[in-house]
Amino acid sequence: MTVVVAAIRPDDQSLALFVHVLGAMILVGGLLTGASALAFARGEVRSLRLGYWSLLAVALPGFLVMRIGAQWIYSEQGWEDVPEEPAWLGIGWITADLGGLLLLVSLIAGGVGVYRLRAGKGGVLLRITLAIAIVLLAAYVVAAWAMSGKPS
Amino acid sequence: MSLDDWILALHVLSAFAFVAGTVLFWVLIVAVRRTDSPEGTIRMGPVVAVGNTATGIGMGGTIVFGIWLAIALDEYRLWDGWVIAALALWVIAAATGQRTGAAYMRGMTKAEELRSAGQTGSSTELLSLNRTQTGVVMHALTSLVVLLILVDMIWKPGA
Repeated sequence: MTVVVAAIRPDDQSLALFVHVLGAMILVGGLLTGASALAFARGEVRSLRLGYWSLLAVALPGFLVMRIGAQWIYSEQGWEDVPEEPAWLGIGWITADLGGLLLLVSLIAGGVGVYRLRAGKGGVLLRITLAIAIVLLAAYVVAAWAMSGKPS
Repeated sequence: MSLDDWILALHVLSAFAFVAGTVLFWVLIVAVRRTDSPEGTIRMGPVVAVGNTATGIGMGGTIVFGIWLAIALDEYRLWDGWVIAALALWVIAAATGQRTGAAYMRGMTKAEELRSAGQTGSSTELLSLNRTQTGVVMHALTSLVVLLILVDMIWKPGA
């Protein structure tokens, strides 16, 4: 069913889907990079900064592009007129919006953590950032599975 | 979910891993351009390993599950133009990606040699290897090809 819908999808929806998927892929890439750099930093300042900046300069723009694309394709496909949305769409919304909030929290915690690195502190805050990044990574993998497999 | 739905989901997740690996290597390419010490270069090793794993799983998964879908689904054929284009682009991405890896491994190998020789300070030769133009160009080509694969997968020209 999923594939049939994809095959008959109009071209204007394809552009919205492209923006959504590309943003989501960049988001996941930024989270993977940020989490890896933070996880393997072992207190080394440069690696901690690299991890934080990966989240800020890659994951955050990816999130914004993904979210704009999501709203665009939601509108193009007329989901606002459907009384009961399918489960996969609900999973998508929850992970996108709650995930966005968590990403923001991780960036604030990480930003303060990176600032405090100058004074030899900030490790705890960056560990919180790492933990959130790992949770987000797992959540977006589930979201990508749900959006592509579309479980009923 | 049917088996085909599962395969499609795994195909898409593999594509996410592939692109995530490509993004990760862009970050490392930028970071390594300012790295002139053996320790700094070697420290990136575990993150490189994560990128290699993501790219490997992504490339393997996209090709295996993609071919599976092209054979299993009635709507598509393995010899459809957009499927053949995707396969050709995948082969190009594999070749350019391999060359990117080879270009950056020269820096990593040099860093290990310097550390073994007891040299821990800055090295202009190491910095030069870490700033490989070939590596940047090959990764830019890989990224472009990956983007074209995504365009091909979403628009499916001729399907």
